Amino acid sequence: MDPNKKRVDSLFPDEVLERVLSLITTHKDRSSISLVSKSWYNAERWSRRHVFIGNCYSVSPQIVAKRFPNIRSVTIKGKPRFSDFNLVPDDWGADVFPWLSVFATVYPFLEELRLKRMVVSDESLEFLATKFVGFRNLSLMSCDGFSTDGLKAVATHCKNLTELDIQENGIEDLGGHWLSCFPESLTSLEILNFASLNSEVSFDALEKLVSRCKSLRVLKVNRNISLDQLQKLLLHAPQLMELGTGTFMQELVSGPLTELKNAFSNCKNLLTLSGLWDATPLYLPVIYPACARLTFLNLSYATLRSVELANLLAHCKSLRRLWLLDTVGDKGLEAVGSCCPLLEELRVFPADPFDEEMNLGVTEVGFISVSRGCPKLHYTLYFCRQMTNSAVVAVAQNCPDFTHFRLCIMTPGQPDYITKEPMDEGFGAIVKTCTKIQRLAVSGLLTDRTFEYIGKYAKNLETLSVAFAGSSDLGMEYVLGCPKLRKLEIRDCPFGNAALLSGLMKYESMRSLWMSACNVTMNGCRVLAKQRPMLNVEVIKDEESDDSQAHKVYVYRTVAGPRRDAPPFVLTL
Amino acid sequence: MSVPLEHDYIGLSDASRSSVESSNISSDSETNNVLNLKATELSLGLPGFSKNFEENGCCTKFEPKNFMLGAKRGFSDVNLDVNGGFEKVQGLKGDLVDGVVKVGEEKKKDAVPSAKAQVVGWPPIRSFRKNTMATNVSKNGDAREGSSGSGGCLYVKVSMDGAPYLRKIDLKVYHNYAELSKALEKMFSCFTLGQCTSNGVRGREGLSESNLKDLLHGSECVLTYEDKDGDWMLVGDVPWEMFIDSCKRLRIMKGSEAIGLAPRSVDKGKNRN
Repeated sequence: MDPNKKRVDSLFPDEVLERVLSLITTHKDRSSISLVSKSWYNAERWSRRHVFIGNCYSVSPQIVAKRFPNIRSVTIKGKPRFSDFNLVPDDWGADVFPWLSVFATVYPFLEELRLKRMVVSDESLEFLATKFVGFRNLSLMSCDGFSTDGLKAVATHCKNLTELDIQENGIEDLGGHWLSCFPESLTSLEILNFASLNSEVSFDALEKLVSRCKSLRVLKVNRNISLDQLQKLLLHAPQLMELGTGTFMQELVSGPLTELKNAFSNCKNLLTLSGLWDATPLYLPVIYPACARLTFLNLSYATLRSVELANLLAHCKSLRRLWLLDTVGDKGLEAVGSCCPLLEELRVFPADPFDEEMNLGVTEVGFISVSRGCPKLHYTLYFCRQMTNSAVVAVAQNCPDFTHFRLCIMTPGQPDYITKEPMDEGFGAIVKTCTKIQRLAVSGLLTDRTFEYIGKYAKNLETLSVAFAGSSDLGMEYVLGCPKLRKLEIRDCPFGNAALLSGLMKYESMRSLWMSACNVTMNGCRVLAKQRPMLNVEVIKDEESDDSQAHKVYVYRTVAGPRRDAPPFVLTL
Repeated sequence: MSVPLEHDYIGLSDASRSSVESSNISSDSETNNVLNLKATELSLGLPGFSKNFEENGCCTKFEPKNFMLGAKRGFSDVNLDVNGGFEKVQGLKGDLVDGVVKVGEEKKKDAVPSAKAQVVGWPPIRSFRKNTMATNVSKNGDAREGSSGSGGCLYVKVSMDGAPYLRKIDLKVYHNYAELSKALEKMFSCFTLGQCTSNGVRGREGLSESNLKDLLHGSECVLTYEDKDGDWMLVGDVPWEMFIDSCKRLRIMKGSEAIGLAPRSVDKGKNRN
């Protein structure tokens, strides 16, 4: 050890350092700490309890285990994000089992596992449930490969389970019996979310579970739970902070609605409300007593019209986050603008993404209304069928604090519908005015100018999604100049090898690059792979495309070398 | 994985028709398209029919594209690209650079509103949401197009081949197939072609599902419905409750066209994530 360093270190024993460092939780901070000195690196690795792996192939379980001996909680993300939209073939990879088998040896006291876009088999779930005695928190989002049998294993064997959060997974639903597998002795549950499972669970088992788990604070049931049943659950769990209801409509009401209304009124801690499937003007008012306290309202599965929404929002003064369906229309968004001055996040999803005849949805008018009434807005996801540059410019000016701006004009390559010009100036205004912008998704007709703006102004941009845009290689070259860029995902753009190779020096500072249906060739990829051995340059072969084109390219930095579990259609160059 | 259906534009020319038959689609929808095309051909022949086919009264703008849109209403899953400006379908090697440039040049929005080809993974919506919204549409029937949308009624459109306009009925009002059949007969009796409705329907209180099936199969007209998966089925095959749960719209077809309609099968061949 360097004698100078030793002097400094003796003032600060390792135990103290570790104690201090244990208070530092974010992985970015910890990453910085580990770079200070060798002894800080060691103190940090011994005191780390949670590890976040943004790309499961960037590192191997063995490397993680070697560096961090005392991990209690792991978060792993697997497939590229475009797999959510069917752009990644099945069997691509991201199996969690290799991780679990290493963890079973090294981290027998693992308590928490949070997975996103990983393949999880029933065997993996059973392994998890049986090998990790103190296991408490399981969160699976957008995963696939398992069935409700795997959930049975978790419910049966995890004696101290506090969290079971199953969201939007490609799950094989073999019935709701898994819920009945929670033993009577299990009283530790704090979070239970099975909203996206379709099968029916035994209500009797659910009711008993809810009533004996006194610390339950998050309960999100699925659509099969009726209003009557919900009422009973709320009576058992008035302490809930987050509630996802089942269906919000029934034909025969067994009791007066006042009872249901009272049940909601008694939930004094309720901050988040979701579910509300099939909600109609008849039943929606029962939630009014709880609305004043709500900070997050997810109406993205309720086909509400503007009037219904306006009536509801009149009660929701404290709302920070709101998710909607575009059935509310521009008039509904006007109500958002007038009722929710504290709004920070707005997501508007299309009710009929593939059938524009049914429902126009929301337009630039609604977007502007919200921006006028909600100056604190910093996160938006907005699906629309028409947009103008001037509207986006206005939104940028009204809400300069945007960190996440995801605008999806649903027809690929559609220009400003009034001026017929590309949407360059709109997005340009976003990056010029909203200096904090961190995540951007662009759409509509865009030339290289948009990317010139992004490259020039988006100093804090970390994630960029591009589809059906750009005019030449320059477009991609521009955005590779963003200093903080970490994730770049591109589809159906005219970017070729020159563009790909312009990022030669950049990709190692990024998590990953995805390019599909662009003009990149195998040769271009080979050049990249050869020059940058610390990157995995993977091409997903398409049966239909010819051999010289690289139809889908996934590039990411890694310390684990080329994948050893790649299927035959994934070529690592 | 949910794979969007893609079809070429069903035009009135032979060239388009052959491209429908050769396109790479599942058998259910292929049958549907063939039927749809035939229906189109027949319907064109009747005076005054084509103008009024569009319920929303776009009758002044009659042209083949609008007409196809009307036909399209029967198969809301199918989206057809009329302009051909952007055609990117799964499994086909698209000329994407040209495709992107073309869209800008052709200024798609200037044309009559057209259906769009479904591009894989676009718009970027997760499968769970896509599947859920599909179920939502069927639960509401056509409730969103003007009726109350409450749980008390289930309005569906009823069309009859050869009739100049559509009707709307509330399925919840009826309790079995007999009542439904009776009501439809009354409603469409003025448009009866040949021996479409049988005299025997009147006064048949205890009509069983099988009797109704026999009756309809034997006659010139066939009552069909579109279920929540977008497939056209014969009315009467499934228990009444199941029928009203999945029926999105009704269509009284000429018996000859109903050949090839699949009986309800367990495996519909649809893939979902």
